[in-house]
Amino acid sequence: MQAFYGFKDGSGDWFLILDTDKCNACGKCVEVCPAKALKIAEDEYDPFREEPVAKVRDEERKKLRYTCAPCRPGYGEKPPPCVAACEFGAISHSEGWKLLYGR
Amino acid sequence: MVEAKKIEYWRWPESVWVNPAIDWRKSKIITTGVDIGSVSSKCVVMVDGALYAYSSMRTGSDSPDSAWKVVNAALKDTGMTVDNFDYCIGTGYGRVNVPMAQQTITEIACHARGANWMYGSEVRTVMDMGGQDCKAIRCDDRGKVLKFMMNDKCAAGTGRGMEVFADLIRVPVWEIGPRSFQIEKEPPSISSTCVVFAKTEVVGLLQEGVPENEIMAAYCAAMAHRILELLNRLGVEDKFAITGGIAKNIGVVKRLEKELGKKTMEQVWVRPDMREAKIPFDTMIAGGIGAALFSLAMLERGKVKSARKA
Amino acid sequence: MIVAGIDVGGKNVHVVITKNSTILAKVGGPTGINKAKAAEQLYEEALKQAGLKRGDVTRVVATGSSGSRVTFADGVIPDAAADARGVIQLIPSARTVIDVGAEEGRAIKISPEGKVLDFAINEKCAAGTGTFVDTMARALEVSVEEMAKLSLQSTRSIPMNAQCAVFGESEVVSLIHQKTPRPDIARAVHDAIAGRIGSVARIVGLEKDVVMIGGVANNAGFVESLKRDIGMEVKVPSDPDFAGALGAAVAAAAGVLAEKVEAKVVEKEKIEEGKA
Repeated sequence: MQAFYGFKDGSGDWFLILDTDKCNACGKCVEVCPAKALKIAEDEYDPFREEPVAKVRDEERKKLRYTCAPCRPGYGEKPPPCVAACEFGAISHSEGWKLLYGR
Repeated sequence: MVEAKKIEYWRWPESVWVNPAIDWRKSKIITTGVDIGSVSSKCVVMVDGALYAYSSMRTGSDSPDSAWKVVNAALKDTGMTVDNFDYCIGTGYGRVNVPMAQQTITEIACHARGANWMYGSEVRTVMDMGGQDCKAIRCDDRGKVLKFMMNDKCAAGTGRGMEVFADLIRVPVWEIGPRSFQIEKEPPSISSTCVVFAKTEVVGLLQEGVPENEIMAAYCAAMAHRILELLNRLGVEDKFAITGGIAKNIGVVKRLEKELGKKTMEQVWVRPDMREAKIPFDTMIAGGIGAALFSLAMLERGKVKSARKA
Repeated sequence: MIVAGIDVGGKNVHVVITKNSTILAKVGGPTGINKAKAAEQLYEEALKQAGLKRGDVTRVVATGSSGSRVTFADGVIPDAAADARGVIQLIPSARTVIDVGAEEGRAIKISPEGKVLDFAINEKCAAGTGTFVDTMARALEVSVEEMAKLSLQSTRSIPMNAQCAVFGESEVVSLIHQKTPRPDIARAVHDAIAGRIGSVARIVGLEKDVVMIGGVANNAGFVESLKRDIGMEVKVPSDPDFAGALGAAVAAAAGVLAEKVEAKVVEKEKIEEGKA
């Protein structure tokens, strides 16, 4: 299940996409995020799933554009720490940052 | 000077319905979903998986107040009380404080499940617009969420976006849809993506003397476009259903269908294994239906015990 | 040589007439619905203020979101280019410019010669602009000036949940009902938008001196919030909302009638301009 955390408005698409089918709640992404924007919690989108998953904190969702900007998703020299830390490739970002600020 | 009564131009009227073909006392399992939204709240009561009663009312001063309001409205004159509920699940923005619920489930999961019931197992994409948010959901044939995207950050493409407009031109929302088609030609859509800037644009059009119906068409087109952008980002798979207040606004729905090149689904209100009265359901109860169905599933799978007291 | 710079913004038009780097006239007024007419009228007013006729002015350069509407302009340059030239003229030590107007917020990295090295922008969303402040001031039922004063009296910071001017308005009304002290609400509004502007500024890199211009620079409460957010001193020249028009005049004096600015987003701006 792909959860899109963030928002879309006139300025672009600002989403962190978490694939819960690939996530095993190892917590590495939670540790490395400089903004402490992630956490492990029960899967709220599948009421029958027993295992927890990673998710973006509620407080960050509506300003995710600014939360993720320092890590330059999609256009930095290296991928953002959360993406790099996940060995299952469960985390990705939409193109908003790259389109507006990418060089 | 007499103050004019403040008319709420953009709130859909409240509704209540009880299924005359069902005698709940003869049933085995009663499950309920209570959906507390930021603007409207809903209660859905299902009896052995069939829709028995529902209510859709204004959200009250807080969650418990709203919950009692909708439950009491749905149960009025039925002789049923909350003690008869086998299980109740709360959903929506105010779900954590629903006094009669044993559990909470997010509205995303409930809307997918509810849409699957209302529109049939062929639905794969659901768009729900609430008072302060817009959700785009992809689901499988059992109503399980496969992908979702929610906007609750930006007022454009939410019920609030329509509120600002309806209040500005002082036309009730149930008139905006039909009137937006009483025009000579389809105007260009409002260009601003932001509701605040769109408002300035509308003021400009009004000052230029553009006919009101055309302005309504332009605004509905802009809203349809906002929704489409969210949907395209998610990917629309056939078949597609719209729930929530916006489904009642044909000005937006028809323009969205045109841009998508797809028609939205009609409600399936006769389940092949159940006899029910043929009445169109309020499109705002999808979340409540999903919650009531999850309640039933939880009981049937033995994950929870009945909370029934009477 | 006498030249003029005209900045046609979303809310206001600013006109500056200069002669050999001396300012002869400064006039500002609302843009209104008919932008071309507003630009023309305010230009006439500025000429009158300077005691000049149209023919006395050698060159007119326009800028601003609707700069292209100035039919009598000899050239149009992008906002960022105008801002850069204007700020360097006013504060030669400036290296980072933060310009927040009614409809856009931008951060510009500039060279000592007043050239744009990089920029980032908040556009199309009222939450990152002066309109956000105006909307909240209305909800608080105070003028923006009063809101600035109130904000400076606050001693604590409350986070705002809403990231949208429309939802923010309801949140402010809610805070008022909860009897939250007005100074704290005013500060919360400024902190919220400062966070968004600060974020955009960090994308181009914050190098001192950081200078703020645009209408919102007149709001002392906001400037305080911005200083807190970026952790740096922020300089505000007098009449900061005229900096863009001044920069356009500087360009006119240098004979620059068009300019390309190096940043990806300016392509989007140019495409959008065609529609407007």
